Amino acid sequence: MKNVKVLGSGCRNCETTAKLISEVAAAKGVAIDLEKVTDMAAILGYGVMTTPGVVIDGQVVHAGGVPERGKIEGWLAP
Amino acid sequence: MSAVAGRTSLGPWVGLVLGVLLWLGAYANLTAFADAGLALLGLERSSHLGEAIHFFLYDTPKVLLLLVGVVFLMGVVHSFISPERTRAWLAGKPLGLGNVMAASLGVVTPFCSCSAVPLFIGFLSAGVPLGVTFSFLISAPMVNEVALALLFGLFGWQVAALYLGLGLAVAIVAGLVIGKLGMEHHLEDWVRAIRVGAPPVLGDGPPTWPKRLRAGVDHVREIVGRVWPWLLAGIAVGAGIHGFVPEDFMAAFMGKDQWWGVPAAVALGVPMYSNAAGILPVIEALLGKGAALGTALAFMMSVIALSLPEMIILRKVLKPRLIAVFAAVVACGIMLVGFVFNAVL
Repeated sequence: MKNVKVLGSGCRNCETTAKLISEVAAAKGVAIDLEKVTDMAAILGYGVMTTPGVVIDGQVVHAGGVPERGKIEGWLAP
Repeated sequence: MSAVAGRTSLGPWVGLVLGVLLWLGAYANLTAFADAGLALLGLERSSHLGEAIHFFLYDTPKVLLLLVGVVFLMGVVHSFISPERTRAWLAGKPLGLGNVMAASLGVVTPFCSCSAVPLFIGFLSAGVPLGVTFSFLISAPMVNEVALALLFGLFGWQVAALYLGLGLAVAIVAGLVIGKLGMEHHLEDWVRAIRVGAPPVLGDGPPTWPKRLRAGVDHVREIVGRVWPWLLAGIAVGAGIHGFVPEDFMAAFMGKDQWWGVPAAVALGVPMYSNAAGILPVIEALLGKGAALGTALAFMMSVIALSLPEMIILRKVLKPRLIAVFAAVVACGIMLVGFVFNAVL
């Protein structure tokens, strides 16, 4: 099970990103543990300045803007 | 195989050329379009209603075309400059040079007001001085591509260039003043205690040109998709003013003879936010009825640069004193711009 964190203060793009990730995971049949991180200190702890950011299993893979669907599929690939 | 490869690499360029040709063709025929639309409705420009509708039919496609063009270009430019890169350029730069660079980079760096807080802390933690960070934070929302495209479309390139120059000047000077005041201890305590992680290494590499063009298209979709209803509403109200409000009607409120016009415009602009696309077309129409350009420019800057929601966001990281100084310094800068314009023009 992959641990996915969406970093963001709860703005519209962050919501869209979280929704898109769960959609892609459901479509691919991948089990994920999706977490929204809104605490600013935690977000900055990952070195992310522009939200939304995406962390997969502790690794920052994306920052700034809603990621493309293709990119998400790549992250969730086994 | 080679045919497929050829198509995937040429497709975006063909799309770009077609898009540019279509754009130029449409832009060259704006008046013809408005005339034809009016003729279709069986109206004459000499009537009030005819003049209003002609204004709407001419201004709407013109402004939309310019908006699409400028926003597309800015989307492509954004693919070259990330906030992380801007931060690295600004780190350790002294006041002065740093402020000029920060204000200029604020125009071309992708910026969303929802990222204002992490960006602010990220800049400070990397050693960007407080005053330099403020220059960036003032310029980034104020001198944005939507405002510039609308000013270009509605008022001509001279006013757009003036807005760009004066917006940069306000951001540079306000940042310098805040930097000179040495207000670092007016940051909230949690901000100073925060430990920012090393910037993540994203394995994307520099984007290819087709990806940059794609980014431009996405930017157009996002921005134009969001502002067009405001724009249409604004142009419709502007058209009504254009056709029905008597000449010199605005001279009494927004003319250059009223000293209080500029401060009143700035105060009125603070609670307004995100409706710049709706407000600019109205202002254009008011200018034709005797409003002064300096007062109108001050109003626009205030609407865009000083907004209540942004101050509430910044309140999370700044103590009230620093917020007040920020708002006061920027408001003074904007008023100065308004007064200078009304005096000179």
